[in-house]
Amino acid sequence: MSRLAVEHLSMRFGGLVAINDVSFSAESAEITSIIGPNGAGKTTVFNCLTGFYRPSVGRLALERAGTTHLLERMDGFRIAREAGVARTFQNVRLFAGMTLLENLIVAQHNRLMRASLYSIAGLLGLPRYRRAERDAVDRARRWLDRVGLLARADDVAGNLPYGAQRRLEIARAMCTEPALLCLDEPAAGLNPAETSDLMRLVLSIREDEGIGVLLIEHDMRVVMGISDHVIVLNYGRKIADGPAQSVRRDPAVINAYLGEEQAA
Amino acid sequence: MGSGTVKDAALAGVVAAILALPLAGFQSVDLGTAGLGIETRFSYVAIGAGAVFFGRLALAFLRGLHVNVPSVALPRFQGGRLLGGVLVAAAVALPFVPFASRDVIYLGTTILIYVMLGWGLNVVVGLAGLLDLGYVAFYAVGAYSFALLAGWLGLGFWEALPFSGLLAGTFGIVLGFPVLRLRGDYLAIVTLGFGEMVRIVLLNWTNVTGGPNGIAGVPAPTFFGLPFTPRAPHDGMTFHGFFGIAFDAQQKMIFLYFVILALALATNFLTLRLRRLPIGRAWEALREDEIACRALGIDPTKVKLSAFAIGATLGGFAGAFFATRQGFISPESFTFQESATILAIVVLGGMGSQTGVVLAAIVLVSLPELGRVFAEFRMLIFGAAMVLIMVWRPQGLLAWREPSIRLAAAEAR
Repeated sequence: MSRLAVEHLSMRFGGLVAINDVSFSAESAEITSIIGPNGAGKTTVFNCLTGFYRPSVGRLALERAGTTHLLERMDGFRIAREAGVARTFQNVRLFAGMTLLENLIVAQHNRLMRASLYSIAGLLGLPRYRRAERDAVDRARRWLDRVGLLARADDVAGNLPYGAQRRLEIARAMCTEPALLCLDEPAAGLNPAETSDLMRLVLSIREDEGIGVLLIEHDMRVVMGISDHVIVLNYGRKIADGPAQSVRRDPAVINAYLGEEQAA
Repeated sequence: MGSGTVKDAALAGVVAAILALPLAGFQSVDLGTAGLGIETRFSYVAIGAGAVFFGRLALAFLRGLHVNVPSVALPRFQGGRLLGGVLVAAAVALPFVPFASRDVIYLGTTILIYVMLGWGLNVVVGLAGLLDLGYVAFYAVGAYSFALLAGWLGLGFWEALPFSGLLAGTFGIVLGFPVLRLRGDYLAIVTLGFGEMVRIVLLNWTNVTGGPNGIAGVPAPTFFGLPFTPRAPHDGMTFHGFFGIAFDAQQKMIFLYFVILALALATNFLTLRLRRLPIGRAWEALREDEIACRALGIDPTKVKLSAFAIGATLGGFAGAFFATRQGFISPESFTFQESATILAIVVLGGMGSQTGVVLAAIVLVSLPELGRVFAEFRMLIFGAAMVLIMVWRPQGLLAWREPSIRLAAAEAR
């Protein structure tokens, strides 16, 4: 069980206030979507959560297995390693020259590094390391199978079509065994069939892994189709927060964002 | 072939003529008592410009015929393992073939030093993607630490070797810290500066390093305590005495050759092994995308420093060997020229390719040597070879990356 509580988060870049006093929470086994027009501060929230930015003000607490991690005080790689926050990127960031399998094994670096006793057991080829590597390959294989890329396991990641790259990036994030998965516009650039596959994948992650999913998305079919909980940002402020159906009818949201679509 | 091609070739010829005029068109001659005079050699300029003109035409002609000049790397180089085996066998057999003169073994030893340096730098540049232009610094630290340990404590090559590597590795970490945030061009400039700093310190710290005079009398390695000298040092044994064979200066050279061969093969084994471990995969992942590494919980600081440290340690071993072979070291052996040569070996070989490094080292080290026959044209031939490699194989001689793990093979285990 995990729970992310964001309290009074603000992020200023010089005089520009990108996020202004935003509070929300994301529960495990729930899909929480952050939506809002371009420039509303959605990706900035992600970058604060995953340690790429240090927030100006605010408390970002992730509770995991009874321990509370204060993300605003941690380095980016420690947030991923210790608090278990995994993310994908708006413009896919795979290890393009490496194979699919290698991408998923790199994601299990910390576990393998410990098993290899910082390379010593690995260099000697001790059974302890070989077992850990076999487990890592098994986990990678399971995720490749789940995202439908098992047949291409030994291909170079950069050669995959765009939709497959997005799925691989999610699989790679899941191989870190996170408590919270942050997806930054996972449906951007996907065709309708690929989008449906993606929705099924995200739903299955919620069902089977029971982890919290935080989703930034512009595609309303995805947001309304799979979200348990929607947060709407506009000009860095939170203007609505609640179940998808009620957010959809919120006059402030219609004004700021959905209104344009309905009028059209 | 239209008039455009001819025009293009003519233009190339004119450019070549302009370049060749000051470079090859004049020669200073000693007129004895009359002093120095200038002799013109316009025929050389004409030959150069003509060669470029017709070469350019021929290239256009080949392209017109669709005799494709292959400019991309082969999709997959199958014979890597076989080629590696052949190269190792050839290296082991070299000292025993009939034409193996002193010079051949000496050249072979030099090539192997560069192969080892290339493999060491390959960890930093090829795998971790950190462009290091100051690699020679670690080579120098290894060489000087052995020379000083031998001078002060009387350590022999084998006792001092681990310390040389350790010291160079420590230097790698120390120099790595300030450049952690730098990438690409910026990293290259700073490491270039570090390389020069180490050389200048060696040059000026006279009471320790001997300054420009260097350190002489660096001991040669022994064969399990048996020195390769004509006469034994007090009541000891010599190599030839122990085995009851006649003394021959070539024995020491052959021994040195096998020492560097063993060191180089150990380097190769270590890097190939590390590449298949989490640390090696993290190096490659770092080269591909540092931000993605962070997002997966990988500490980029540790990954970079480990690459610097391992690369530097290997450079340090090579340096210690260099010192013991030469018997004399001075800062002149550790100029930027060396860093550039080692980097060229890695890049021309195909970044990250172990066999490619060997081929590139053979080409780059032996070409200038063999080119001595052509005397003043040897740099020209060297340059032409570099241009040809870059035209035909811009990714390096062997640019095929073997995955560090394959699904079927991993599951069969």
